[in-house]
Amino acid sequence: MSNRQTIDARNTFCPGPMMELIAALKQSEIGDEVEVLSSDKGSANDIPAWTKKVGHQLVSSEEHADHWAIVVKKMK
Amino acid sequence: MGTRILILGSGLGGTIVANGLARRMPGELRSGDVTITVLGATPKHLYQPGLLYVPFGRAREQELFRDERTILDRRINLQIDPAVHIDVANNRVTGKSGRTYDYDYLVIATGSRLATDSIPGLKEGAHQFYDLDGARKLRDALQSFEGGKIVLNVNAPHKCPVAPVEMTLMLDEHLRNRGLADKFEITYTYPIGRLHSLEPVAQWAVPEFERRGIKTQIFFNTASVDPEKRTITSEEGDTLPYDLLITIPPHRGVQVIEDSGLGKMGWVPTNPKTLKREGSDNVFVIGDTTSIPISKAGSTAHFEADTVIENLTLLVQEGRWSRDYDGKVFCFIETGMNSGTYVWFNYSTPPKPTPPTQMVHWFKLAYNRMYWLSACGLL
Repeated sequence: MSNRQTIDARNTFCPGPMMELIAALKQSEIGDEVEVLSSDKGSANDIPAWTKKVGHQLVSSEEHADHWAIVVKKMK
Repeated sequence: MGTRILILGSGLGGTIVANGLARRMPGELRSGDVTITVLGATPKHLYQPGLLYVPFGRAREQELFRDERTILDRRINLQIDPAVHIDVANNRVTGKSGRTYDYDYLVIATGSRLATDSIPGLKEGAHQFYDLDGARKLRDALQSFEGGKIVLNVNAPHKCPVAPVEMTLMLDEHLRNRGLADKFEITYTYPIGRLHSLEPVAQWAVPEFERRGIKTQIFFNTASVDPEKRTITSEEGDTLPYDLLITIPPHRGVQVIEDSGLGKMGWVPTNPKTLKREGSDNVFVIGDTTSIPISKAGSTAHFEADTVIENLTLLVQEGRWSRDYDGKVFCFIETGMNSGTYVWFNYSTPPKPTPPTQMVHWFKLAYNRMYWLSACGLL
């Protein structure tokens, strides 16, 4: 059964949401999902682009009042 | 029986907390109302940022070490007995010796370790400078380097976020100073879509790298290294040849954290403001060990330690809370052999680096000496 973990990276500047996502995916099993909360508008573009390039699955990307919630599923 | 404060780890964070508590509670220590014990893994304290200078022959190794006992306040009980089990339900830690240590308050500052073997071929094919042995070997490799392709490869997560940029710029200058300007090529790889996780640093690095002819490969998360063919391949599908590979290895927390069921990969889920372990009211976590999504750096441990010192002191003396951690991080950035800059930020203030100057470089060199005052709790 797959798991989902959430990383609240809002208002953190270093290493930042995407580095946290990459680190979290490394410690995840295939099929697990990682949700990243980011207040960095760049994440909404960068994370889906990277997810596609590396071969993981973008489950959702939602814009909220002050942040984005992006869910990625580990595929390999 | 007095209040027993147990600190796991004798690196920067654990040492600052121990000394800070001792300075604030001299009466309690004298009367026995408070005891402070540090469980360390080694009797030697290493100034880790100094490792950056070792590959270039610019640091004497004996300058990087002090006896932990000479840094700690004499009223602190130091035990070289690394923890092998942390039982937060029963407020008890077991050391490697088999001895048990009971506590009323626990501070976990066990840091991180290199996970070089988590990527196939990386350990065999790459140099690194994040421990003394690696820094020595890189120094030897650079001394015999006469030209070729260098790949400087960054992996996540890693501590000291600016070290890769510093190493790249210092390496470029070092090799130029050796008269090899036309004989080498550096390619810098980074896991995300820019040259550094800090956006202002990334923006600053672009023209700086271009000016020096340093090539870059973004979105590069290392999948494997082939030491025989001398190639490094990313999860994204890119392969780079190299003659000399220098890696910033991925990190993970220490084994006892995972063995005790306190956190995946050795990172302990920690409240970003109170610095308490999630689910515990008497366990604090600082430095690299936390799961907080901020820089794993000495300054982070230092500022977190200051927060824990104030809160633990007031909890013991008055039974009340002092203040939350504001997320402050400060980093010097060496931008060559003779210039430097700095950056600081917290949970509410983004970083804004200033133009590099020689003055900041000198201050960084001065801090390399003043570090020991920080560890002693005097700075």
